[in-house]
Amino acid sequence: MSARVPVVEHAEHHPGATEYIRIALVLTVITAAEVAVYYVPSLRPVIMPMLMVLSATKFALVVMFYMHLKFDNRLFSGFFIFGLVCAAFMITAFITLFHLLSAPKAF
Amino acid sequence: MATIAAPVERRGLLARPVAPRGIWAWVTTVDAKQIGILYGATAFIFFLIGGTEALLMRTQLAVPNANVVGPGTFNALFTMHGTTMIFMVVMPLSAAFFNYIVPLQIGARDVAFPRLNAFSYWVFLSGGLLMHFGFLIQQVPDVGWFAYANLTENAFSQRGVDFWVVGLQVLGVGSLAAGFNFLVTIINLRAPGLTLMRMPLFTWTTFITSILIVLAFPVITIALVELMFDRLFGANFFNTANGGDPILWQHLFWVFGHPEVYILILPAMGIVSEIVPVFSRKPLFGYPFMVYAVASIAFLSFTVWAHHMFTTGLGPIAASFFAASTMLIAVPTGIKIFNWISTVYGGSVRLNTPHLFALGFIAMFTIGGLSGVMHASPPVDTQQQDTYFVVAHFHYVLFGGSVLALFGGIYYWFPKITGRFLGEGLGQLNFWLMMIGFNLTFGPMHFLGVDGMPRRIFTYPAEMGWGLWNLVSTIGAYAIGLSVLVFIANVSKSLRAGERAGSDPWDGRTLEWSISSPPPHYNFATIPVVHGRDAFWLEKYPELEGHAAAAPDERRDRTAAHDAGEAHGHIHVPDPSYWPIATAAGILVAGTGVLFAMPLLPVGLFVVLVGVVGWSMEPVNG
Amino acid sequence: MEHVAALPAQAHVGETSTGLNSRKVLMWAFLGSDCMLFGSLIGTYLVYRGNYPSGPKPSDVFDIPYTSVSAFALLMSSLAMVLALAAIQRGDIRRLKIWLLCVAGLGLVFIGGQVYEFTTFGSEGLNLTTATFGSSFFTLTGFHGTHVTFGIVWLLMLWMLAARGQMTQARSLDVEIAGLYWHFVDIVWIIIFTVVYLIPAI
Repeated sequence: MSARVPVVEHAEHHPGATEYIRIALVLTVITAAEVAVYYVPSLRPVIMPMLMVLSATKFALVVMFYMHLKFDNRLFSGFFIFGLVCAAFMITAFITLFHLLSAPKAF
Repeated sequence: MATIAAPVERRGLLARPVAPRGIWAWVTTVDAKQIGILYGATAFIFFLIGGTEALLMRTQLAVPNANVVGPGTFNALFTMHGTTMIFMVVMPLSAAFFNYIVPLQIGARDVAFPRLNAFSYWVFLSGGLLMHFGFLIQQVPDVGWFAYANLTENAFSQRGVDFWVVGLQVLGVGSLAAGFNFLVTIINLRAPGLTLMRMPLFTWTTFITSILIVLAFPVITIALVELMFDRLFGANFFNTANGGDPILWQHLFWVFGHPEVYILILPAMGIVSEIVPVFSRKPLFGYPFMVYAVASIAFLSFTVWAHHMFTTGLGPIAASFFAASTMLIAVPTGIKIFNWISTVYGGSVRLNTPHLFALGFIAMFTIGGLSGVMHASPPVDTQQQDTYFVVAHFHYVLFGGSVLALFGGIYYWFPKITGRFLGEGLGQLNFWLMMIGFNLTFGPMHFLGVDGMPRRIFTYPAEMGWGLWNLVSTIGAYAIGLSVLVFIANVSKSLRAGERAGSDPWDGRTLEWSISSPPPHYNFATIPVVHGRDAFWLEKYPELEGHAAAAPDERRDRTAAHDAGEAHGHIHVPDPSYWPIATAAGILVAGTGVLFAMPLLPVGLFVVLVGVVGWSMEPVNG
Repeated sequence: MEHVAALPAQAHVGETSTGLNSRKVLMWAFLGSDCMLFGSLIGTYLVYRGNYPSGPKPSDVFDIPYTSVSAFALLMSSLAMVLALAAIQRGDIRRLKIWLLCVAGLGLVFIGGQVYEFTTFGSEGLNLTTATFGSSFFTLTGFHGTHVTFGIVWLLMLWMLAARGQMTQARSLDVEIAGLYWHFVDIVWIIIFTVVYLIPAI
């Protein structure tokens, strides 16, 4: 970035309609799996990690392909991931502080 | 230097105002320099208000059992003093410099979104007004600047809290808009050759501050929404009777609040990093380390918030984590202090007023930083929590830090902004009065705190033995007040008959000194090309930096283009617009509605809607 | 006129330091910021999770098949959104209009579902004032619903511009930026659907 660069729209590769639809199919299957997991009693002990992996996969697919982060400038990924990491850290800290470490009241 | 009216096709609800004059020029301006002046002037008025509140408090505390103001008024005074100084003085004063200086330092003609910039200012003003509307009906916020739950619930507080909640939300909107704007501006509007590692330090700190603003303010927004829902609609976020947990408020507040203290101090550090090299005639020592130190704070500041909450009983694991992360953040801060000192060391030092303020900053901030590291240790913090020791600490970083640096920035850039110097004699008087007054005011508070004097008490009995240091502190506060009067005198004298300053009065290093004082409306006739760090210095003294002396030609070209620009007036800058202030007015009406008469809320929101639609339909030009 | 020869007032009109469009940079910065907004709301919800001293529990009110359908509608609206973008990038304005309406329609299905859900919950004794579950649930999903509503208005405005013939291939960035916002709202719901609805409270 040593000089001004003209803004070129869609310089990055965007997936085509076929790929979009293929990803939608995967998203549909995962959603069905999520709801199915919810109804299988024998999966109860592992439901939390399973659901988290499944929804994280959906999340990643939409961000990478529909929002083009996989193909787009890394600056955009930087912004988004930094916000995401800060939010995840905050939520993890809240869960830890309020649910896992909630008992002691003195140092 | 407004634009030439051109027969472009104008659509939209209202034609863009063309070359308005007088008050309308200010109301409709989208020029970052004018907006910067608006920010600065407004923040200074709030500074006088917040300062008066401080003096009232100090008067009340001067002697034991005083009766100048009652306990209720005292609560209102410390709440409004803290809130005003943080959100309506230090932040907007920093924003004034973002607006005026950053586009000049990066060689841009304006910010990335000029109308959004005007909107930020008008929303800031609206938020400040909403916060102060409580004075009209004698319902002033009185729950402290961090408004701990559940004191803020309806059962325990009065309507004053509503003004705080609504006002702060609106101020947050303005800060967010400004944060986004400067983030994009610094990423995208840099002059050719101005790579990230060539950016002036003030631009860097603005950049990191903007990141902190856009990530921290959503958290306080949600906390305020939750509190507002509790108060207005009977929600239970912080209502213990229905399972709410007041500690959650503290977490949300400080997740925002700790990045916020860096939002307050980083721009000040940027200003000092500009002043010290210029008045030492040396490049900033350890530039890359400065940049990494500033950038690492962006990460670390989101991991330390619970050190404000050690006494809530976090437990040993959490307390250890937050103590360690807090101590870690002292490392990048220490790096900066050593770099500033090393910059001064061996330089040809000139002790003009800006430099005095910058050096004062370094010394005072170091003291405040050291007492801050003490608080990182939970056992020590437990001793000091809610005592005057803490009050002393954060005034050393916020007044001795931010405010001294901001005054230094005013003395440094005033010649650029007005074309006239501030008086050097009055400036020195201003500095020494403020410096001595500041240390008299806040130094003794360390002793009072260790002696057990709690903060936020409106009076104390004589037998506590706190009378002497409180009296000293009050005398110091009046000395600060006097120094501010000297400053006002200096500014008004200088505006009328100050010594003329040329375009480069301090032998500056950065691009803002390469154009006339005050700068033309379009800033740069030709966008400069940057060949290294300290771009303007390189241009002036290529031989000092071992560069080929190609620059003078470029300078001549620029001067020629500049003259051409003046002569033909053909450089096109964005037209003024009515929509930013109209949209902000909608927010003001909506906020007033929430506070006084709900029917006004939909009216305000409708105005906002019309504003946004009109804004987006307005023809965008250059 | 003189404008023709004029230098652009801001370099971003034609060129920027990074070659990236400023509005797109702004949108991504906004999305990073919005992560913290929803992070605070989800954090609040999780703090109060499992704390049901009075009023209905999540398992008393949630209707998983019903919410799955509206979650699926929102997910598919994201597909329609990328197809709208692909259409305008090809210059196919007719399909752009169809897909934009599709997205807005699916968004309306979602919002309609939410309104119905809120009403049902209300009749089952859960509202904003019902303990911390009601407060945190309605605030979180309400903020999301407000985001969706804003997105629908935005997309319909784009559709109106397209219908008036003002959307051309050159303006595909307008659709792309609206799309980024829309997909973000979708992924937030992916999280909410899992964290709030599917993972059972202890």
